[in-house]
Amino acid sequence: MSGTWIDVVLDLVICLSLLIGTFFILSGSIGILRFPDVYARLHAATKSSTLGVAGIMIGAFFYLYAEYDIVSGKLLLAIVFALLTAPVSGHMIARAAYRSGVPLWEKSVKDDYYAEVQHKRQKQKQ
Amino acid sequence: MEQVLAFTSSLIEITTVLSIMGISISIIMLLYRAIAGPTNPDRAVALDTIGINLMALAGVIAILLVTTKFNDVILLIGILLFIGTVALAKFLEKGVIIERDVD
Repeated sequence: MSGTWIDVVLDLVICLSLLIGTFFILSGSIGILRFPDVYARLHAATKSSTLGVAGIMIGAFFYLYAEYDIVSGKLLLAIVFALLTAPVSGHMIARAAYRSGVPLWEKSVKDDYYAEVQHKRQKQKQ
Repeated sequence: MEQVLAFTSSLIEITTVLSIMGISISIIMLLYRAIAGPTNPDRAVALDTIGINLMALAGVIAILLVTTKFNDVILLIGILLFIGTVALAKFLEKGVIIERDVD
């Protein structure tokens, strides 16, 4: 702690990013609890939790920089990793849910994947 | 100047405790969905999100305990979580994880 104003600004940035990350994680969890459908829940799960974990990792990165003068590449790598793997796992779960026959919400208006799946099944039978 | 620095460091501690409380409430809400989800893909989504929340919780605890030892733990949780979710999705889709083409 050298005791200049840059430390104060850095502390405020840490507090702000931690609060933003916690808000996004909490709102994503409320979305998973309240949405009516698997396919709607995946929206809440992947996007907002990725943003929340990115905010908290940025807070931890700046805290390590302010406290130890360490530039920790692992925390930035964790952000990149969450950003890469969350859409992939969300897409795989959605495809598994559709192919194992989980129904859509009854107020859904459009189902473009249905014709594709029927076409593929007919091609497999021949 | 000293007073301002002491105030901001206590502000960081209060924010950290608030973040731990928020993430814990979030994990409890996800645990309800993981136990009582109507179908199996619901449970898979909830388990995936619980893992991401664990990554965030490890980061916040590293701030609270003023240590650098948790960085590897965060990366390890992320990698194991991705492999587990892919295996779970393949099991839900086909009933097997590793396919073997006989012919």
